Amino acid sequence: MNYNNTNIANTKVVLEIKDLHKSFGDNHVLNGFNMLLHQGENLVIMGKSGSGKSVMIKCLVGLMEADSGTISVMQNDITKLNQEALDILRADIGFLFQGSALYDSMTVRENLEFPLRRHIKKFNKTVDTEKLVIEALENVGLVSAINLMPDELSGGMKRRVALARTLILQPKIILYDEPTSGLDPITAKEIIILMQEVQKKYNTSSLIITHDVDCARVISDRMILLIDGIDYAVGTFKELSTSQDPKVKAFFKQ
Amino acid sequence: MLVIGNIKSKLNSFLIEIGALSYFTSRFFKNAFKRPFEFKEFLRQCYNMGNRSLLLVGITGFIIGLVLTLQTRPTLMEFGAVSWMPSMVSISIVREIGPIITALVCAGRIGSGIGAELGSMRVTEQIDAMEVSGTNPFKYLVVTRVLAATLMLPLLVIVADAVALFGSYLVENTKGNVSFMLYFNQVFNSLEYSDMLPATIKTFFFGLAIGLVGCFKGYYCKKGTAGVGKAANSAVVFTSLLLFIIDFIAVLIADIFYEL
Repeated sequence: MNYNNTNIANTKVVLEIKDLHKSFGDNHVLNGFNMLLHQGENLVIMGKSGSGKSVMIKCLVGLMEADSGTISVMQNDITKLNQEALDILRADIGFLFQGSALYDSMTVRENLEFPLRRHIKKFNKTVDTEKLVIEALENVGLVSAINLMPDELSGGMKRRVALARTLILQPKIILYDEPTSGLDPITAKEIIILMQEVQKKYNTSSLIITHDVDCARVISDRMILLIDGIDYAVGTFKELSTSQDPKVKAFFKQ
Repeated sequence: MLVIGNIKSKLNSFLIEIGALSYFTSRFFKNAFKRPFEFKEFLRQCYNMGNRSLLLVGITGFIIGLVLTLQTRPTLMEFGAVSWMPSMVSISIVREIGPIITALVCAGRIGSGIGAELGSMRVTEQIDAMEVSGTNPFKYLVVTRVLAATLMLPLLVIVADAVALFGSYLVENTKGNVSFMLYFNQVFNSLEYSDMLPATIKTFFFGLAIGLVGCFKGYYCKKGTAGVGKAANSAVVFTSLLLFIIDFIAVLIADIFYEL
């Protein structure tokens, strides 16, 4: 297995999926998917629409139950955890949804405070919620939007606020589901830069699902091509984009 | 054969729906008594449902009082029994018309609102976002709404009954020159606990049904905007049907107690 950054290969594995299977009736979406995510790594997963990327990421956070296989997050097999333990573990996994998924009946401040209600114990007793909210918004450059409602924000701003909400619990792993989809090229670039800054600042591990080849080229340490429900090709962006395998070649030609 | 097949498949999906709703109801009762209690959200929902339905329920009650009195008056006059008007109107409103009409109005106002709100939250992945953040969305969204609907409906029915009786009094005052004191003295003389108690108890169940079905339809809304519309619509249809069934059962049970 090749890495853009050889240091990453030597770091500990924070997330491991082994032989993951998921079907919907006769439609076998995942047929034995495997992957490893290292500490501090940016791993990009690409695949055609309907290839099972979103299903895989939903199985990973327990939003969907896998048919078989193991999903180990920081040495915890989430398929075997009870609800209470899973909720505690979720504080260490941030999830940026494709459509931002901001709570539209709450202000930006309330959106950011919401995850803290459950996980405030993660911080020490003297922690100031207001300070955490401001700090998270400063990371995405949107402190001025603190009292706005989500419908007063542009698409790019919503994505930034969603990222701030993800960051507020200071997760060790961040899962990005199509972080640049639906955004204009300039805003998409800003989001990619923001993702890189976040990764550098907090040394998080990132799993990024995207269709955006430019995003993958800029941000990935390593890539997986998900074809026919399996990890069909694994390598750096350069390796995969110059691969002679017909399926991989066809994917990059699209 | 095709018709029988269609009926079979519809009956099958109806039974599956009833099963899923029963499971949803049991999940509600399990979560309702577990800590932490989302008290702030519960109060917000009470305000949303109670305060915002007040005007609609009040106007509906007022018109029912007016219409019932206006339409009954000529018949009672024919029999020389117009002095029975306050008793007749109060018993029919408190026992049956007030609760069921208010519940139907609330099924449209509250049930469809809950269905559409939770449906759109499901479609835009807000419910998933809550779950991923480690918060129990069922407790935060469903338990608070169902409890608020269960508590608010009896209060709204009391308001609707009072306003309906006031509407009836206005007609009697205009047409028969009956004073406020005389009218309401007769109302309270004719009403008994056996009229009010079963009627009040059943309104809690009406509220529970409105909250549960609205939440059930919205929480399991299928993807897409069409799914949200369908969730809101089917919440009203299913709740209305359920309200009549609950009403029928409540009347049967009350009847058994009357006979005892």
